[in-house]
Amino acid sequence: MTSATGIGARVLRTEDKRFLTGTGRYVDDLPLARATYAYFLRSPHAHAKIKSIDISAAEKSPGVVNIFTGKDLVDAKVGGLICGWVVKDKHGEPHKAPPHPVMAVDTVRYVGDTVAMIVANSHDEARDAAEAIKVDYEVLPANIDLAKAFDKGAPQVHPEAPGNLIYDWEIGVKADVEAAFAKAAHVTKMDIVNNRLIPNAMEPRAAAAEYDKGTGNYTLWSTSQNPHVLRLILSAFVLGIPEHKLRVIAPDVGGGFGSKIFCYADETMVCWAASRVGRPIKWTAERSESFQTDCHGRDHVTHAELALDKEGKFLALKVETIANMGAYLSTFSTAVPTYLYATLLAGQYTTPLIYANVKAAVTNTAPVDAYRGAGRPEATFVVETIVSKAAAELKMDPAELRRKNFIPSTAFPYQTPVALQYDSGNYPPIIDEAMKIADYPGFEARRAEAKARGKLRGIGFSSYIEACGLAPSQVIGQLGGGVGQWESAQIKFNPTGNVQVITGSHSHGQGHETTFAQLVHDRLGVPMDQIEVVHGDTSTTTFGMGTYGSRSLAVGGSAIMKATDKIIAKGKKIAAHLMEADVADVVFEDGTFKVAGTDKAVPLAQAVFAAYVPHNYPLAEIEPGMDENAFYDPANFVYPSGTQICEVEIDPETGIVEVIAHTAVDDFGNIINPMIVEGQVHGGIVQGVGQALFEGAVYDKETGQLLSGSFMDYTMPRADNFPSFKLGYKVTPCPHNPLGVKGCGEAGAIAAPAAVMNAVHNALAPIGVKHVEMPATPLNVWQSIQGAQHAAAE
Amino acid sequence: MTISVAMTVNGKSVSGKVEARTLLVQFLREHLGMTGTHVGCDTSQCGACVVHVDGQSVKSCTMLAVQAEGAKVTTIEGLAPSADKLHPMQEAFRDNHALQCGFCTPGMVMSAIDMVKRHNYVLDEATVRRELEGNLCRCTGYHNIVKAILAAAPAMKSAGV
Repeated sequence: MTSATGIGARVLRTEDKRFLTGTGRYVDDLPLARATYAYFLRSPHAHAKIKSIDISAAEKSPGVVNIFTGKDLVDAKVGGLICGWVVKDKHGEPHKAPPHPVMAVDTVRYVGDTVAMIVANSHDEARDAAEAIKVDYEVLPANIDLAKAFDKGAPQVHPEAPGNLIYDWEIGVKADVEAAFAKAAHVTKMDIVNNRLIPNAMEPRAAAAEYDKGTGNYTLWSTSQNPHVLRLILSAFVLGIPEHKLRVIAPDVGGGFGSKIFCYADETMVCWAASRVGRPIKWTAERSESFQTDCHGRDHVTHAELALDKEGKFLALKVETIANMGAYLSTFSTAVPTYLYATLLAGQYTTPLIYANVKAAVTNTAPVDAYRGAGRPEATFVVETIVSKAAAELKMDPAELRRKNFIPSTAFPYQTPVALQYDSGNYPPIIDEAMKIADYPGFEARRAEAKARGKLRGIGFSSYIEACGLAPSQVIGQLGGGVGQWESAQIKFNPTGNVQVITGSHSHGQGHETTFAQLVHDRLGVPMDQIEVVHGDTSTTTFGMGTYGSRSLAVGGSAIMKATDKIIAKGKKIAAHLMEADVADVVFEDGTFKVAGTDKAVPLAQAVFAAYVPHNYPLAEIEPGMDENAFYDPANFVYPSGTQICEVEIDPETGIVEVIAHTAVDDFGNIINPMIVEGQVHGGIVQGVGQALFEGAVYDKETGQLLSGSFMDYTMPRADNFPSFKLGYKVTPCPHNPLGVKGCGEAGAIAAPAAVMNAVHNALAPIGVKHVEMPATPLNVWQSIQGAQHAAAE
Repeated sequence: MTISVAMTVNGKSVSGKVEARTLLVQFLREHLGMTGTHVGCDTSQCGACVVHVDGQSVKSCTMLAVQAEGAKVTTIEGLAPSADKLHPMQEAFRDNHALQCGFCTPGMVMSAIDMVKRHNYVLDEATVRRELEGNLCRCTGYHNIVKAILAAAPAMKSAGV
């Protein structure tokens, strides 16, 4: 660390003041003159034929400006929404790709599917008019239950996906794995459900659009995590508006967690209709619309088996998973249960043989796509649950079984049997530190004390690995991804010495405006208050792939470092000229160019000024200006790792699970701002514990109605569900990016569910409970206890 | 049919014509352009819209604008004593990294101030966590919000606010 505000410093956030004084600017806050307001009429049925739509009465409703239906889009030759990742099945065939119309034309396929767009002078008038639209539906049987999605006779969601199968994909050699199982001393088996989640960023999705008739330019404000990607999809595949005529702005965005990566119907419609309506259009989802139409997360049904030798060494792992895609394939949906899931099944272990088979199903439910962790939480849940189950079956300490199978620190780079090559890590010190912080040795005494009070205590481990920092573009291309995954940065000095750092990543809570400024401050010596981080606008930023997959620092931050290299290289030439020195003798230290062994010095600001006022400047050799661009494509993923330990206490009378303590020790490589990193871990843990104990999207299995469709029905984690968390760090720097950083955004949510559920199972094992599904609600836990007691009585 | 409504918002007299169904939060955001108060749900659960009405914290999505006739309303925009000085609760949120995306923050801060006052500036962790029942945050895991409120309570007392 070079200063109190450089790399490694706990710098307070630059962005906080506007958020704390009510002066942040989110999409819904935009004042747009003459704005109209959109409201979407959505399907009340999970599966139905649209026999007719009568908008005649609605058109006469007060304040109505326009009403659009799917037929209008067909007439205008608007394309469908796309899935940007082609996964090839086990026979090498691309996945089934049913069309995804922006608005339903003749069939609705989930409750919330878009049927009509009403544009009116006010939100209330648009909403009132929607009630006057008469849609004649012929209700069809719906395919809701994932476990039965492929059954003969199950209702068919799309004719293009016979049997509701999108792909049948595999990784690993099944015969080799079977051979290892034949030799195993012990096999642990389990059947688990990874419960479906609803992201619920606190800011609902929103869009606003304006069309400039004079220039033919569209401006779309969207709650997007990746405005350039949204523009690319809308331009190249859906609306056909040329990229240079469409500006997408993602201003302050109130959380994303994956759900704001994707290209949705609503924002597409708002953009498309802006030119037809001739006035700006605003739309903000009501929370109930968010529940119905934001892409949901997780939703796997899995059978897994782990083979061990008599010493407890893992011989092989086999996994069969059915993954829910929902009614349509969302933007990156196909990659989540394959390349972001099965490639993580080695975890932190030397398991030499792994086979995974994933079948993706379409169902009459909302589309499912990436949600905080995206595939990696599901993999970690499988691995860490089965490892703890094996330890319990073998009567081994769960930490000991983990240690016995950890990849040794000397083995990096480590090639796993499921494609990834881990670049770095050192797992034993992490679990040691976590056990120390959690006072693992004192646990049995605490269990006994709890038992004396009639309570059941349990403790659970979860040692996760994550592949993030998405991603090396050529690898992504080989795996079927449709985009590059580099990041861009621009460092643009102004003549007076202050600087704009322009990034293609996007901050929606992560604090990039502070962390990225710290990088530039540390590297170039520019004071923090002279640095502005610019992001989220396709017109003011070069290009960018946005923020997801814990990529912004590892990839976007690395691009910024590359750009600072170019600034320094150019500055050296300018300074050499000003100091009449050889450029080879010029060094850059503490924001100043110097000639070693002399007192000659040129501050960076002076070189910048000379570059913009080049009166004494080597114009024949270098261009004026101090403005450098860099693109960075990572050499590999980054691999954060860590161990979480959760301690719970269960009241057997009520089934209530209380989290008593939760410890997380992580290796995120080098840390730029520990305050921000801790905040990411806290939030991740709560989302992970939320999955384990509270959250679950529930559809009625017959009608497909979303039963958990509001904050009154879907349990969000609240402050009083948690203790304060205990965190620790170990550092093995990433060897292949210039900052030595990994990623911290998803880790908490990846590790926590298994830690909690292992603790729940540990607490309930003494009374004979074998298995509790997530979420371990009081009802679920109480019923499991009753079931165990009945079984014991028989 | 519209109804005239008048109230004091952050010390200034304001008035407007609203529909009977217009919510206080709509009046603040759409009529007055004061967009610091946020709407995060439609069932009065999330607490992003909390403001003070006559000194008490109220979910402004749960009150009609006409019900605030004649009231003194304070929003997040009205807390800081000056352009370069924050209210002790705002300061504590910043010092403790109690906000990430900032969307729940206005409601959290307004609820927290009311909480501190109702408990006469003396709070413990369990009380703060219980009192936050009506405010949802999806980013911070509440850990730093709790720390901030515990730090702000004595700071508010010494600042006399």
